[in-house]
Amino acid sequence: MKRPRIRWHIAVFLAPAVLVYTTIMILPLFNTLHLALYSRIDQERIFVGLQNFMTLFGEPVWADQFWNALGNNVWFFVIHMLVQNPIGIALAAMLSHPKLRFAALYRSAIFIPTILSFVIVGFAWKLILSPIWGIAPTMFGSVGLGFLYQPWLGKEEYALTSLSLISSGQFVGIPMMLIYAALLTIPEEILEAGEIDGITGLNAFWKIKLPLILPSIGIISILTFVGNFNAFDLIYASQGALAGPNFSTDILGTFFYRTFFGFQLQLGDPHMGAAVASAMFAIILVGVCVYLFGIQTRLRRYQL
Amino acid sequence: MNQARTSPFNAMAMHGALILYTLIALFPVFIILINSFKSRKFIFREPLALPNAESFSMIGYQTVMKQGDFFLYFQNSMIVTVASLFFILLFGAMAAFALSEYRFRGNMILGLYLALGIMVPIRIGTVAILEMMVSTGLVNTLWALILVYTAQGLPLAVFILTEFMRQVSDDLKNAARVDGLSEYTIFFRLVLPLVRPALATVAVFNMIPIWNDLWFPLILAPAEETKTLTLGSQVFIGQFVTDWNAVLSALSMAILPVLILYVIFSRQLIRGLTSGAVK
Repeated sequence: MKRPRIRWHIAVFLAPAVLVYTTIMILPLFNTLHLALYSRIDQERIFVGLQNFMTLFGEPVWADQFWNALGNNVWFFVIHMLVQNPIGIALAAMLSHPKLRFAALYRSAIFIPTILSFVIVGFAWKLILSPIWGIAPTMFGSVGLGFLYQPWLGKEEYALTSLSLISSGQFVGIPMMLIYAALLTIPEEILEAGEIDGITGLNAFWKIKLPLILPSIGIISILTFVGNFNAFDLIYASQGALAGPNFSTDILGTFFYRTFFGFQLQLGDPHMGAAVASAMFAIILVGVCVYLFGIQTRLRRYQL
Repeated sequence: MNQARTSPFNAMAMHGALILYTLIALFPVFIILINSFKSRKFIFREPLALPNAESFSMIGYQTVMKQGDFFLYFQNSMIVTVASLFFILLFGAMAAFALSEYRFRGNMILGLYLALGIMVPIRIGTVAILEMMVSTGLVNTLWALILVYTAQGLPLAVFILTEFMRQVSDDLKNAARVDGLSEYTIFFRLVLPLVRPALATVAVFNMIPIWNDLWFPLILAPAEETKTLTLGSQVFIGQFVTDWNAVLSALSMAILPVLILYVIFSRQLIRGLTSGAVK
């Protein structure tokens, strides 16, 4: 009936979203990749091909920083996967227990840090762990463990791990909520069938619930991956653009910021910045592809 | 439920673990809040104690209030968040309606194209975004932030809303068409009110990251008159790091608005999650 006419309303409905999304997100993404192929020499933009990338990966001044940031970022991600997600799943498993009282209260309280900015949480932990203010030394001292205290954010060997743990603690709310939602959607009949077969308690979790929530675990893993490989706020807010001490907490996000904007004596370089961003893009893309083609397709088989 | 699943011992262990974790989670917030109400001497002498008659002081809040910037930052954050949410919801819902309602060539591909952005962080394009904002003169305006956050929020919004709009009954829409209503009227008067819960869910998902973002305010709008609350508190910490009262009070005040928003919308968040909004 409507066939012969051009259906303008479809275009009108789609135009704003497609336009904004394309101009602000997709085009800049490609332009960034494009800018990475240029360099600025004597105020002029010159095409240099893959030169920027060779500098980034090969020239010691740059490469040391890049590989350091990448290595740190991998560690940052590993801690999130080992601490944040398992704790999130455990909390969700407890919260979804049908007979647990005050579940809503716990859920809200544990979710509160997640809604706060890294500026606030990062600063709070900086205070708590600082040797000057000394809450942590006092607390450790009061239980006779004073010798365990270290200025965790100030020492090269602990700073990155401490920050990863702070970040994990803050964002535990996200895996918790997603897994909690997934656990609630498991049909009661399946659990009852398991009970008849004598599968209860922890066993029921490992043998019935866990396989059923594997797709959700896949999703939180990839969300963690993407989030961690463009993380920036916590490190910048608590350690500054230089990601101290001595770059030990530098991750790709802070490295990108410094390259792009410069710091202290180094001038910002948009083209090298674009090269760093392109490298980050490649890393995230590989991660997402591994998830989509390697993991998710396999996980679907477990679904009901 | 049967008895085997909850022995009293298990229940105790669960409460123990949850209480312990809750304490850890709230500890940093608690420390900031209680110390913001103390005089400087007591912030250092008894950092863990609650404020009492002797240690109570509002000096930090007075300093922050006198500075005045705080309210400007707060207002900027508010404008950016509300405007971005408005555009995300309006444009997202319109696109979702077109994708779910009409069959046209390229429908699938357009849906996939819009969904790409769910997995690719917009920060990667920062270099080109800044260049574009500079060339259009939008740098250091709130519009720069609003546009970026709108683009960032659209993919997930379209994805979630398309799912929900598929569930709106076709009979209802066709009845409206028989009555001679235009497609626009059907969308605004009929479909939008029906998917209101989904709109609220999308709003909640987008609200918190936009409010808390540090990256784009730092890069696109660092000027004094366009600073957001998150950037403002970050700078404030650097500037006033010797004025502990002011820093702690400013941070406490920065916590408050998100907390209020969360209390208002938390039920919506849970409902959205459990109804499968992000699966």
